[in-house]
Amino acid sequence: MKRMHRGMALALIAAVFVSGCRRNPETVPTPTDTTPPTPQPTCDAACMQRRADSIAAANAERDRLAREAADREKAAATARSRATLEATIYFDYDAAEIRGDAKAALDAKLPILRANSGLQIRISGHADERGSDQYNDALGQQRAAAAKRYLTDNGIDGSRISIVSFGEQRPATTGSDESAWSKNRRAEFEITSGQIAPP
Amino acid sequence: MRLSVRRSGVLALMAALALVLRGSEASAQDSSLTVRIGLTYAAGTKPGVLVLPVNGANGDSVRAIMQRDLDFSDRVNVIATESLVMDSTADGSRGKFNYPLYARLGAAAVIQATMTAAGLHVAVHDVRTQKVERVKDFPVAASPLSPDWRQQVHAISDVIEFWVTGSRGMSASRILYSSGGRIWQVDSDGANATTVSATGGMAQLYPAWHPKATHFAYVVMTNEGTRVRVEELGNGSASRTLSARSGSVNTSPVFSPDGETILYAHAMEAGTDLYAVSVTGSESPRRITVSRGKVAISPSYSPDGRRIVFVTDRAGGSGLYLADADGTNAEVLTPYNFGDRSQRTDPSWSPDGRLIAFQAETDGKTQIYSVSPRDKGSPKQYTSEGRNEDPSWAPDSRHLVFTSNRTGAWQLWVLDTETGRTRQLTRAPSGAKAGAWSPRLIVH
Repeated sequence: MKRMHRGMALALIAAVFVSGCRRNPETVPTPTDTTPPTPQPTCDAACMQRRADSIAAANAERDRLAREAADREKAAATARSRATLEATIYFDYDAAEIRGDAKAALDAKLPILRANSGLQIRISGHADERGSDQYNDALGQQRAAAAKRYLTDNGIDGSRISIVSFGEQRPATTGSDESAWSKNRRAEFEITSGQIAPP
Repeated sequence: MRLSVRRSGVLALMAALALVLRGSEASAQDSSLTVRIGLTYAAGTKPGVLVLPVNGANGDSVRAIMQRDLDFSDRVNVIATESLVMDSTADGSRGKFNYPLYARLGAAAVIQATMTAAGLHVAVHDVRTQKVERVKDFPVAASPLSPDWRQQVHAISDVIEFWVTGSRGMSASRILYSSGGRIWQVDSDGANATTVSATGGMAQLYPAWHPKATHFAYVVMTNEGTRVRVEELGNGSASRTLSARSGSVNTSPVFSPDGETILYAHAMEAGTDLYAVSVTGSESPRRITVSRGKVAISPSYSPDGRRIVFVTDRAGGSGLYLADADGTNAEVLTPYNFGDRSQRTDPSWSPDGRLIAFQAETDGKTQIYSVSPRDKGSPKQYTSEGRNEDPSWAPDSRHLVFTSNRTGAWQLWVLDTETGRTRQLTRAPSGAKAGAWSPRLIVH
């Protein structure tokens, strides 16, 4: 009995010692999985089809997004071409001569007209409110004709371009100062037939 | 009460009235007169005229129209009075006229109108001699207060003006103009504004009268260009369109004084030129100017139809040129000075042939001027308030209708070129432009 008490004491001391030396937190024992392992299922034909369909759908979506991005870019490029082609040019007071800034705007229209031979356009000439209404009718015609002449002098077929004058009857902006007048002395460009092909 | 003629002046006027009212009535055309028949008065003064109350139905309207017509003539002073005071028999003895009172009021002449079954009986009293110097019965056939009825009263006013001053009035006339995209007409006193053109186009512009006032021409603006349309007044379905070439500008039509030809401007890519075409359309338009890339536009005929004035920029800035009616013998009317950016445009040749009114820029604003086609002297400026454009002569060759923005919106105004007096003719909500004054519509 005495020997048994000594053994228990030693065991207790040992336990205390071991306990005192441990620095790590006490871990919770992981329960042992006693479920028998499930056998891995085999992918049958339907499964394979679903997998292929999924992959194809992902690829199609990727392609669709790519196409849409390309379409957007083409549409943007077409819109830029249209905006360039339809960009208004402006004139000095009581003048129909093509100004330097107007030449640059007209030059930018040339490659678009050359690349889209089916396009037909109309140029409308306008005047500011000053001076005679009737004289401004003629001045608008002169401005439209000057713009057409610049394009035809640079190789565009004149039969693709019609002109009209609205004189001072269709102002771009109202007002009776130079700011308004300068915006109304202009020639506008409008596509009357054909489409701009994407670049 | 307005007493603008002083007593001494009145005496002189009375003496003159006694002389001039004995003359015979002139023919319809003032230009045919060789002897002055009307009242002679000193420069700067105007004879006082008193229109007595008119009894009977619509008598008040007759009197009001006559007073306004005489006032707008700018040749007489209309003496405004209370009806009670100026009752034609209100001097206490019926059947007599209170000439001393009329004289004190400054009247040299008194107009007595009486409604009759057939129209209007009009007598003109010479206040100095205290006698009736003129009597005439005028038929007034139209429905009372209708536009035609008013025109017939206007025509009587014009005769009264002729009796008193020797110059026929212009009140029996109308003005065509453009407003809200349509062509309108309005009486010379501003009454009866109404559309007259058939519908069509996005804008209708620049009306012009046929010399007999049976038709009018105007410009129709569409998306494909501008066309000249000739239309029968009051019958929009009877119209004809000139120059249907697409994309071109056809503008500023005007009839020749004989009514046989329409002259208009036709703008192509190579420039703008004047073309003449038969009113009947029986022949192709013939070009009468060669602008070579420049502009020739806005013609106006001399009264005899042998000459025209038009606008061209062939020498630089736009100015006025004279030429024979076939375009030959062109000569400068308003010289162009190098660097001058002032446009001289929209000429109108007066019916008596003495003056050509036009618009030109002064200090950045367009104003109304006139110049003599004979001596081509310095132009006389008529306006200075706001921007003023597009003059057209009245049949009396004294008044002009023009477009002005002096009140903030474009409206038609009438100017007396002798006194500078102006009055607003239209109050169109969408504005009014391009007034064209008719010939006299009724001449007694």
